[in-house]
Amino acid sequence: MKPRTANKIATVVIVTFALLIVAILVSLLGYILIRGMSHISWDFLTSAPQKIRAGGGVGPQLFNSLFLLVLTLIITVPLGLGAGIFMAEYARPGKLTNFIRLVVEVLSSFPSIIVGLFGLLLIVNTFNLGFSLISGALALTFFNLPLMVRITEQAFRTVPKQQKEAGFALGLSKWKIVTSVLLPVALPTIITGTILSAGRVFGEAAALMFTAGMSSPRLDFSNWNPLSPSSPLNPFRPAETLAVHIWKVNSEGLAPDALQIAAGASAVLVLTVLIFNLAARYFGRFIYRKLTASKRMS
Amino acid sequence: MSFCVLLLIVIIISMVYFVASKGVANFVSGEVKVSEFLFGTKWSPEADTPSYGAFPFISGSFLVTLLAALIASPLSICAALFMTEIVPGWGKKLLQPVIELLSGIPSVVYGFVGLSVIVPFLRDTLPGQGIGVAAGALVLSVMILPTITSVAADALASLPQNLKESSFALGATRWQTISRVILPTTFPAIMTGVVLGMARAFGEALAVQMVIGNAPFVPHSLFESASTLTSVITLGMGNTTMGSPQNNALWSMALVLMLMTFVFVLLVRMLERRNKI
Repeated sequence: MKPRTANKIATVVIVTFALLIVAILVSLLGYILIRGMSHISWDFLTSAPQKIRAGGGVGPQLFNSLFLLVLTLIITVPLGLGAGIFMAEYARPGKLTNFIRLVVEVLSSFPSIIVGLFGLLLIVNTFNLGFSLISGALALTFFNLPLMVRITEQAFRTVPKQQKEAGFALGLSKWKIVTSVLLPVALPTIITGTILSAGRVFGEAAALMFTAGMSSPRLDFSNWNPLSPSSPLNPFRPAETLAVHIWKVNSEGLAPDALQIAAGASAVLVLTVLIFNLAARYFGRFIYRKLTASKRMS
Repeated sequence: MSFCVLLLIVIIISMVYFVASKGVANFVSGEVKVSEFLFGTKWSPEADTPSYGAFPFISGSFLVTLLAALIASPLSICAALFMTEIVPGWGKKLLQPVIELLSGIPSVVYGFVGLSVIVPFLRDTLPGQGIGVAAGALVLSVMILPTITSVAADALASLPQNLKESSFALGATRWQTISRVILPTTFPAIMTGVVLGMARAFGEALAVQMVIGNAPFVPHSLFESASTLTSVITLGMGNTTMGSPQNNALWSMALVLMLMTFVFVLLVRMLERRNKI
């Protein structure tokens, strides 16, 4: 074959495959949203699920997912920030630092089901916290922490060196430089990354099946006492999240409209993740403009 | 801050310790031999003389992972080439958000779509029930597309410009440049992406569990039901008593998964080292 013909064929193949991926995404999103949207209503979003009858909603599941996300972020953000800043600014290159890097890498590549099983063994059984929101949040911490560390470290590393040097030249202490010079510049990237990781946590199911549990007790949304078993705010109650609910409905759902519920819940899940993605972009830019003197984000 | 780092180390050590101690319990007590667990093809923990052969699940995991990588790699590499070599301007603008969105879709949603689109499609067009190895591999391949594409695109983008320019200067066509210069140079980096994708596919639980059929046999064709390590653990862990040999066998499978994660991380590290030179 002549090289020019080969070139033409190869180009056509590459372009076709690339467009195929775009087509996959468009049809995937289109399918999920079109099938699911018709089933989403205010009632679907707020009512409790039905076991055998049709017409159940995903209200408690949606609430559980959001509450669990908040709990997880409360735990992981400070820890991840601390470890990430340490890795970027304080750790000296050496065997120990390499080892910590390996730990982060291994931890972030563990399958989520392993994280769930570990949570089952340690948190649910050994610490005796049972299937509860707090167990789920801790399991998600193991899952999310390496991600946060990486995001923070990368955000700090991309800050121009001159800004740090300027801080030193002014005689500022290392701590002052980290908190008042580097952090504001790195913050937009960190916030963007955190919101994106929140999207991942929101859709996570395998790690939660064995920690947060696969059932949700009857919730009384007028009861705001966090210690009462029927209160939605009680962190020690079992909590099925939206993603786990989709799995359960698909694999063992008995309701006659199980497929529609799965479709509706999937659409809610995907929409929420899309909103997280958009929010990440918007917020990152917004905070950058607030915290730094620049008017435009490069 | 050192506390945060220390916490990471404590987490990983306890994770390895707990899973390993549960995972070897059956072998230590003599209930199951390691060779029987790894190579036995019969899984019938509830029979009178129970047998705990996990070979169908181990082979199932490897099978769907390899198939998914075989389907996804060419697609992803082409997408990466499209973004960096063919139309770097709007190609990147088009594909970057697509890749980000694909990687953001939760795995249960992939499972749901697989169950309601891919399975009926396979059932109507090909022999078999629709659920099975092929469906699992297809779902997984879409899930790992973003991983491979983004790593490959990064690798291609970081390639020194003069390599390409000198190839063009010699009169090579674009495809000659891609196939003889660009791909061989970036091969280790692209393989890193493939291995990362395989690691994700190997550990993925729920999406596979929903479409693979979960039969405890070694499949004879791609359209038969099979199981993976993750799907068996997902289904079995809640229904077995803690500490029973059957439950411990599931933990042994978790240990296999964990060891495979180490293998994948090791592979990635080796490839990265090769890439540096």
